[in-house]
Order: sequence, then C-alpha cells, then structure tokens
Amino acid sequence: MRGIALFSALIALQASADPTSPEVQKVMQRDFHPRGQATMERLAQDGVQRVCTETRDRPPAEVAKALEADQMKTITYPQGSLMGDWKRGETIAQSGRGLTWNDKAGEAGGGSCYNCHELSPQEFSHGTIGPSLRGFGKTRGAGADLQRYVYGKIYNAKAYNLCSQMPRLGLSGTLTPEQIKDLVALLLDPASPVNQ
Amino acid sequence: MACAAQAQDASKEIQRYRQMIAEGSPAELFELEGEALWKKPQGPKNASLEKCDLGRGPGVLKGAYARLPRYFKDADRVMDLETRLLYCMTTLQGRSREDATKRVFGTADQPSEMESLSAYIAARSRGTKLDPGISHPKEKESYELGRALYFHRAGAWDFSCASCHGEEGKRIRMQDLPVLYKPEFARPVMASWPAYRLSTSGFITLQWRMNDCYRQMRTPEPTFGSETTVALIHFLTVTARGETYHGPGNKR
Repeated sequence: MRGIALFSALIALQASADPTSPEVQKVMQRDFHPRGQATMERLAQDGVQRVCTETRDRPPAEVAKALEADQMKTITYPQGSLMGDWKRGETIAQSGRGLTWNDKAGEAGGGSCYNCHELSPQEFSHGTIGPSLRGFGKTRGAGADLQRYVYGKIYNAKAYNLCSQMPRLGLSGTLTPEQIKDLVALLLDPASPVNQ
Repeated sequence: MACAAQAQDASKEIQRYRQMIAEGSPAELFELEGEALWKKPQGPKNASLEKCDLGRGPGVLKGAYARLPRYFKDADRVMDLETRLLYCMTTLQGRSREDATKRVFGTADQPSEMESLSAYIAARSRGTKLDPGISHPKEKESYELGRALYFHRAGAWDFSCASCHGEEGKRIRMQDLPVLYKPEFARPVMASWPAYRLSTSGFITLQWRMNDCYRQMRTPEPTFGSETTVALIHFLTVTARGETYHGPGNKR
C-alpha cells in the first residue's frame, strides 16, 4: 500500500507535457539494438533510476530513505580485511574501461574514478563531477568501519545517496570485490599517494 | 628561465595553430569531398542527391541545415540532416537502408559518406540563425521526447545526459562539460556541429555524438536516425535557436 502512495506522489511531481519514464523506456526499447555485451535489458529502469528520473534527482526524503535501505541490502562484503593494494587501486582508478559495447565481456574493467574525482596529487587530469578525494584517509584514518563504508559506497553508491551520479560499480558487475578492495586501499592506506 | 621561455613558445605555437585552423579548417577537405558525393550518381537508380529536399525545396542547400531538425510531410516524421540524407539515399538513389547505413561513422583514413555530406551541407548554412521546426504537433512531440530523454536515467551505470551535462562548472578529466539544456550553453555548441576533430583527424556528426555518448553511458546502441537520436538533437537545437550557425567547427 505504501508503495502505491509513494508512486502516486511521484506521478504528481511530473510537471510538463513530457512523456513519462515508462513511455520513454518504450521508445528506447524500439530505437536501440543490442551490441556486444550491451544487451537490451539495460534499458529496463529499476526503481532507483525511475524515481531519480521522475524527480529530477530530488526524491522526497521518505522515498529516498526506503529505497536507500533496499540498496543497502544489495551490498555483500568479502571475508577478512577490506584493504587491498593501493598500487593496483591507482591503475583501476585511472581506467575508464568496462561494460561498453566495445569492451570485451569478462575483461577487467576500471573504476573511471579520475573521470570525476581528484585523488593522487600527481594526476592533474581529473574531473570535478564528484568531490575531491585527495587526502581522504589522512583526516579519517583507516579503521574497520571506514573501510566498510568506502567498500559499500563503491559497491553501491545509491545505498548512501539515492540519486548520486556515481555508478553502482560492484552491483553492476563493473568491478570485482578484489578491485574494490584495491580502491579502498587507494583511499585509506597511509602509504597511498592520495594520503601524501 | 628556460622553462618559462619554453612555456611561452608552446603557448605561441598553440595560438598560431588555432589561428591556422580558424583560417583554413581541415573541415574544408570534407566539404569538398561532400560536394563531390552530393553530385555523384549512385545506387540502383544511378541518381545523385542533387534533388534531395532538405526542407527548402529540392536541391536548395543554402540555409537548409540551420532549419533542421524539422517535420517532413513525405516521410511523416521529424528528421535531422543525417536522417534526411538517409531518406534521400533510399528514395532518390534506390539504395537499401542496410547499404546506406553500412558505414555511417568513418575513420581518419576513410571518412564516411554521411560525414562528408554533412560537412558540405552544414557549411552552406554559415551565417544563418538556427531555426529548427517547433510548430507542427510532431515537432512538439519530438522536442518533448528529447527533453525527457535528456533527463532519463538508464543503462548499466544509471546515467542520463544530465549526469555529466547537468551542473555548471563541472569537468570529466580536463574536459569542460556544457549544460546543454540551458540556452547559454547549447547556443555555442550547436552553432559549431558537425565538426573536424583534431585528436582523430576525422569529421564528427551529431548522430555520432549521440551514439558515442550512449556508448559511454553503457546502454545498448541507439539506431542511426532513430526517433531517439533525432529527438535529442532536436531538443538541443531548439534550446540553441537564434544562434548564428558558424560551423563546421573544430573539436579537441
């Protein structure tokens, strides 16, 4: 019942004569074709994509809270330490490969981190869509709780901020648990250039 | 000292290069090739494209590009330049859609027919104000679909166009990102497409731009000339309307 009430609230938020997101999805299903590993299932909006589309990334707090809790349940943590190797992490952060129709299926992808974030001070060519992560571990430490937070955030950013522009890098299969651990180390290891 | 002098030399060089390409853009080579292709008889009907109606009457090129996309009664749909060219290739030249779209995006070694034709035709609109169709019901529908698509999140990475082109002052790596749903950003961008691309020595079109954005958004591939791609181009051009066209431009 609550779901239906939330859904009606969302419909009311749509202001213009623009087609609704299910209508847009239908047009895209007709106008796109699968290529390589990029299959048509990718056009089916899940609840997160739909709510963020219909609210222009400003979901009502109650809706955001409920959906973020659902997203939190998708995160699975590997056994043992979550700190990998920051050197491998740097390579993963640099790479923008993975999941496009001209990337080979199954080949190791990257995190595209530098596309949006500042990390190591040696890399000048960084984007600004996300916040700067330079010195991230320096002020926060590298404790178990923080490792868990960073791992979870990379695995599924939408569990923490529903309409974040950051991809769900673990859930989407872009990065493996090992690769995410290496990124945790890039952010938290005191020896990582990020923390120099 | 030596370092500062070198930096000054480099900056002078860049300035000189910019001036050189502004005076004689490599896009002109594509324009020449496009003119030859426009006049070349091809296909089962062995016809050229010279009778192709781009909206101002058969064969009229002057100012035609600046008025696209718009609704075409014969096809009963809104078309951008490339979609209209494809229509003329199938109707006037009798070519199959499959044949005419075999290679729509070229390489530096071998530009595509569509790219060269786009360069030639767009250049004939230099100095004309962008004035895409927006009065026909199908034009309104296309514009509204384009706007909805711009904010529609989909694909393996949950992106919409606005994920990158939604907030002012943002970059991907070193590339500035225009907020294309706002006229002040859409105007200079749309007035310079299609364009010569320095990094690949190729010529790029708006259909290519839509295609390659969706590739990076990790969706499946949008079909060339589909309503989706035309609606997005239409939305962007309407947002930029009134700007004087000065392309084909130069891109990084």
